[in-house]
Amino acid sequence: MKFAKKLMALSLAAVMAGSCLTACGDSSKSDEKGSEDTIVIGGSGPLTGGAAQYGVAVKNAAQLAVDEINEAGGVNGVKFKLVFEDDEADGGDKAVNAYNSLKDKGMQVMLGTVTTGSCLAIIDKTKSDNIFQLTPSASAQDVIKNDNTFQVCFTDPNQGKASADYIADNNIAKKIAIIYDSSDAYSSGIYNTFKTEAQEKGLDIVAEQSFTKDSKTDFSAQISAAKSAEAELIFLPIYYQEASLILAQCKSADFAPKFFGCDGLDGILSVDNFDKSLAEGVMLLTPFAADATDDDTQKFVKAYKEKYKDETPNQFAADAYDGVKIIAKLVEKESIKGNMKASEICDKLKKAISDGFSYDGLTGKGMTWSSEGAVSKNPKAVVIKDGNYASL
Amino acid sequence: MAFLDNLINGISLGSIYAVIALGYTLVYGIAKMLNFAHGDVIMVGGYVVFTAMVDWGMNSWLSVGLAIVACTVLGITIEKVAYKPLRKATSLSVLITAIGMSYFLQNMALLIFGEKPKTFTSVINIPKISLFDGKVVIKGETTAAIIVSIVIVVCLSLFVNHTQKGRAMLAVSEDKDAAQLMGINVNSTISLTFAIGSGLAAVAGVLLCSSYPTLSNTTGAMPGIKAFVAAVFGGIGSIPGAMIGGILIGVIEILGRAYISPQLSDAIVFAVLILVLMIKPTGILGKKINEKV
Amino acid sequence: MKKKISPMTRKSFVTYGLLLIVFIAVEIMMNTGNISSMLKGLLVPVCVYSILAVSLNLTVGILGELSLGQAGFMCIGAYSSAIFSNLVKDTITQPLIRFPLAIIIGGICAALFGILIGIPVLRLRGDYLAIVTLAFGEIIKNVFAALYIGYDSTGLHFSLKSQGDLGLGADGKMIINGALGISGTPNDSTFEIAAAILFITLIIAYNFVNSRTGRAVMSIRDNRIAAESVGINITKYKLITFGLTAFLAGVAGVLYSHNFYSLQASKFDYNMSILVLVFVVLGGIGSIRGSVIAAVVLTMLPEYLRSINNYRMLFYAVILIVMMICTSNATIRNFFVHNFEKLKGLIFKNKSKTVKEAE
Repeated sequence: MKFAKKLMALSLAAVMAGSCLTACGDSSKSDEKGSEDTIVIGGSGPLTGGAAQYGVAVKNAAQLAVDEINEAGGVNGVKFKLVFEDDEADGGDKAVNAYNSLKDKGMQVMLGTVTTGSCLAIIDKTKSDNIFQLTPSASAQDVIKNDNTFQVCFTDPNQGKASADYIADNNIAKKIAIIYDSSDAYSSGIYNTFKTEAQEKGLDIVAEQSFTKDSKTDFSAQISAAKSAEAELIFLPIYYQEASLILAQCKSADFAPKFFGCDGLDGILSVDNFDKSLAEGVMLLTPFAADATDDDTQKFVKAYKEKYKDETPNQFAADAYDGVKIIAKLVEKESIKGNMKASEICDKLKKAISDGFSYDGLTGKGMTWSSEGAVSKNPKAVVIKDGNYASL
Repeated sequence: MAFLDNLINGISLGSIYAVIALGYTLVYGIAKMLNFAHGDVIMVGGYVVFTAMVDWGMNSWLSVGLAIVACTVLGITIEKVAYKPLRKATSLSVLITAIGMSYFLQNMALLIFGEKPKTFTSVINIPKISLFDGKVVIKGETTAAIIVSIVIVVCLSLFVNHTQKGRAMLAVSEDKDAAQLMGINVNSTISLTFAIGSGLAAVAGVLLCSSYPTLSNTTGAMPGIKAFVAAVFGGIGSIPGAMIGGILIGVIEILGRAYISPQLSDAIVFAVLILVLMIKPTGILGKKINEKV
Repeated sequence: MKKKISPMTRKSFVTYGLLLIVFIAVEIMMNTGNISSMLKGLLVPVCVYSILAVSLNLTVGILGELSLGQAGFMCIGAYSSAIFSNLVKDTITQPLIRFPLAIIIGGICAALFGILIGIPVLRLRGDYLAIVTLAFGEIIKNVFAALYIGYDSTGLHFSLKSQGDLGLGADGKMIINGALGISGTPNDSTFEIAAAILFITLIIAYNFVNSRTGRAVMSIRDNRIAAESVGINITKYKLITFGLTAFLAGVAGVLYSHNFYSLQASKFDYNMSILVLVFVVLGGIGSIRGSVIAAVVLTMLPEYLRSINNYRMLFYAVILIVMMICTSNATIRNFFVHNFEKLKGLIFKNKSKTVKEAE
């Protein structure tokens, strides 16, 4: 027994020493500056684990955008290189590790992170390292508290407010039930502002129900509460996976209110084996719908499908694609070269983005940024009709 | 009305817990081990039905049959590979192995089926019952879950008390060594227990995924742990106890979620476990086991 | 009057020495700038996980009971100290005063909960204790995830419902924002402090094992009934071990929470407890040095082998199963030990005899 233990300890120690050495080896490579004609964009998001689909979508779309730019000869002759690390949507050490690993790989501009939790864990690091950070999809208000962080997606409070305004202004319903995920930053963020705005607009919130990450399959109690309160509309500021379950369970409980959601619902039609008729009539505010008929969207969807085995891009992919293109535009505008230091690039970009810069992308036309970091664009309301998105 | 609705939902969920808890209670009673992987066998059952129905286009009854067979084989394999070598080891080692097994199944499923949850098509087509002008609806899945769990409890009680194999199981659970001396094959009895438990897990998987139509690699983990709470609550080793415990836990969970706090409904279930173990560690129908020196 | 150094003491000093060497090496690397951002970022988490593994080893290895609530104690330590630091960060600006206080508060809160939960459940054994600690960890996680705390000029406000429920004044500030957790905790954890605490943890652990209390605890593990019959107060010793484990886990939680800008309760889930268990099992149940080495390796290795990240958890599962079967099944264990001795005999031909005698 003792021999076995000793042997194990020795081998472990050897591995440890080995990994330390690799670490030293890596450090020699870490250099903030790249070669003159390449800028390294670092991306971070969940590539494994429960949230992997979001991270993978962002990674794929960002790669697509980078490839398109490079094939067209780059901007001012400068090409891009995307390095992407897995942060497992973790709000602690995994996010920081992914960030540090990106730094070691020479990241000069950051596209990330995908999820709010991971983003909050690193914003102070990007601030102290002074790296320009553009997050495609981390939507909490806190994410942009530093001056070097900007969002492509809507800030949560804006979505909640816009939803309440839309429901009230178009007289869709008066008695509203909300089912939200209290363990999720995105969901509870929207819920809070929706509630405040709805009260101001005179909407009657008859039931506020929540669920958590650990109990997101059985919604019978929440549906029962909404049903007995005779809600006309259920507001779902949640992701599509849970929403698809709520739709199915409402149907089997013979409860048919209207449903209204935010951009998290985008993707509901591509859930494996989902009965699309359940989603008929669901309304959602989303900046991007893969079935939209404008040229840019169709071109993007086609290219994405060709490159990634017929996968339909979701809103995360669109945000990431826009994100890379926005960075490229800014790089062009400021004529940034690949050999500039990350903090030098950051100083130029953060000034440029809020200084009269506007961008027409997949997720909105004429997007502009305030110096606080929030994007201003118009949310689109769509309704699901015959298994497709249709504008409202 | 809302209360009645919640109560019915609770009983529905509880019946599923009961079927899972039966598997725990059988294995714990006979092999004296907490089979952590039991909840994940449920998930495997769900995936087998899903694959059979969606990818291979089999009909629902055939797929359920296939899932039961697959889970039974899986249960026996797990027992032979991971637990049998540890029959004489401390309970600590067995427990850690069981946790490892649970992790193994979850991550194997993750690698095979991916992290994207699947939407499960209900295999149950019993019409729903509408009461009080549709204010309370009893779903087909609810009816099925209740009927199936009652049938299983009755059959299992008959099997254990009135057949030779069943009585062999009782004997092994009382005293392994004495049973062996009486000519009972302990190993095959334990294998049989795992086979029955895992077959039940497949049934539970089908009920669970039909009622809450989603399927991911962690589908079975939480229900598994809660069903263990139910088994302890009802008295571990007792078949009717598992049924009573399951339904009570289901009702407590749903009522807790509806009337106390949705965030805390899991915490409430676990608090029940702690209370039960403090006040009556043997559960409602359990019997006291005297420890031998 | 100097006695011969006992094997246990020697063992502990070898561990201290190893740790010191690694510490000095890392310090040299840091001061010469020869360190990657990645490794630098990993230093504090490595210490945190090592402390967690050592503390869990006290319960699993010395007491012989399985606790799956390690993440829960860590959570209590992390949250209580982060609340404290957030409250006083404007009044006590010197981290060298603030942080030790936070550590003590976090550790004591965790230990209190450890003892509180320990009194009723330590009558239970084996599987029941494991499942109750698991349940306890889940309760802690759920409660903290549903907790809202804020403060304004009128004092502290608590709520279990929502942010709006707090009724904060205009000057109010959120400390815990439900599932969004705590943000704004000062980053007081440094590698030096973390390493020092790991060092202290090791000293506590080794001295505990070699003390009268430690031997009493081990006698409970080896034969509970015999231990009881010679008058050892089982509950008392179990509580001491449990409390110590909780205390150290709480301290690890403090280091953890003060290493990140933001922290969510969902981080402290069942998987975290299992991860720590994997460290303990791989390092060898009961081996304190092994726990540290396993924690270091299993924290660093996945970061350098990111491409195989998908298989990491599967690998952990296999570690648990294989380690248990190889060390607990008599036939397999003997096979290994036998072959190791043969191998050893081949390598150190002349030494093997003396070693065998020593065994």
